[in-house]
Amino acid sequence: MGLEHALGDTALTTTIDSAINWCRKNSLWPMPLGISCCGIEMMAFAMPRFDVARFGAEVFRFSPRQADLLIVAGTTTYKMATVVRKIYDQMPDPKWVIAMGACTSSGGMYRTYSVVQGIDQFLPVDIYVAGCPPRPDNLLHALLMIQEKIQRGESRSTPMTVAAERQEQQLLQIQGINNN
Amino acid sequence: MLTTVVEKLKAQFPNSILGVREFRGETTVHVKKEDILNVCAFLRNDEAGLFNYCSDICGADAYTPENRFEIIYNLYSLSYKHRIRLKVFVDEADLHCPSVISVWPGANWPERETYDMFGIIFDGHDDLRRMYMPEEFEYFPLRKDFPMMGVPDSIPLPRK
Repeated sequence: MGLEHALGDTALTTTIDSAINWCRKNSLWPMPLGISCCGIEMMAFAMPRFDVARFGAEVFRFSPRQADLLIVAGTTTYKMATVVRKIYDQMPDPKWVIAMGACTSSGGMYRTYSVVQGIDQFLPVDIYVAGCPPRPDNLLHALLMIQEKIQRGESRSTPMTVAAERQEQQLLQIQGINNN
Repeated sequence: MLTTVVEKLKAQFPNSILGVREFRGETTVHVKKEDILNVCAFLRNDEAGLFNYCSDICGADAYTPENRFEIIYNLYSLSYKHRIRLKVFVDEADLHCPSVISVWPGANWPERETYDMFGIIFDGHDDLRRMYMPEEFEYFPLRKDFPMMGVPDSIPLPRK
């Protein structure tokens, strides 16, 4: 927010953070990436019977630039992996990722040369949803878990350069310890 | 109907038909590789055959020292509603085979798929690119000596 730099972790900034996180978690805009059968359950999750609008996430955006929650719903092949990563990179920070279903989380039943064995090999995933495909309730539960995470102020989407720098510093520290 | 087609085929190409098998009402004809284009053109245009629809072309890997690969042509006649299957042996040392896209333009993609999965090169094909795998992929996944989980790092993943 920028206020933290001026005021530090005072009661004012933490209260503002909490209020902003409350706003964020109740107005998530998902980017639906239905790349196989999980996509059908994801549609049911948006429809009246399950009704994701109860949790404020009904505005499905088909442009990643307007979304802050990526739902990867389906088998991710190696050919598709670059596309998924490109969509993720286009989303503005802060952003969250749900890996929906067995294929997305671990390759699932496609234990083969063409399918990535879990999208966490190239994306930071916040929540994994079990099932093949998961029921819409299950995905709703994942959404609630994401909301809890947002309220706690957590996101795995640290910009890559920052993460790389941090890793490098840690490495340097470890090397320094070893040399001494 | 189909027996007359096979008889006519045998009479027309006495040296290029290697064998005819009948199993559960399905007729399979083994054809010499060099003559597959002529045989296909004959079956496509012959009055008794009229196989005007090439429903699929696929490959098989027997993993034998000789005649390792097989190309299988499944043909169908929309007029007579009968089917025939042609088979061609391809040796590992010479992976070339004549393309049949001049007979059925629809054979374009099935031949590309066979190339992608088995590495068989169809001579005369105008667009022999990979079908499913990335263009820079170096292996042929449906060959028996290809590991099921693939070759590690053969397809690059985006940086985390």
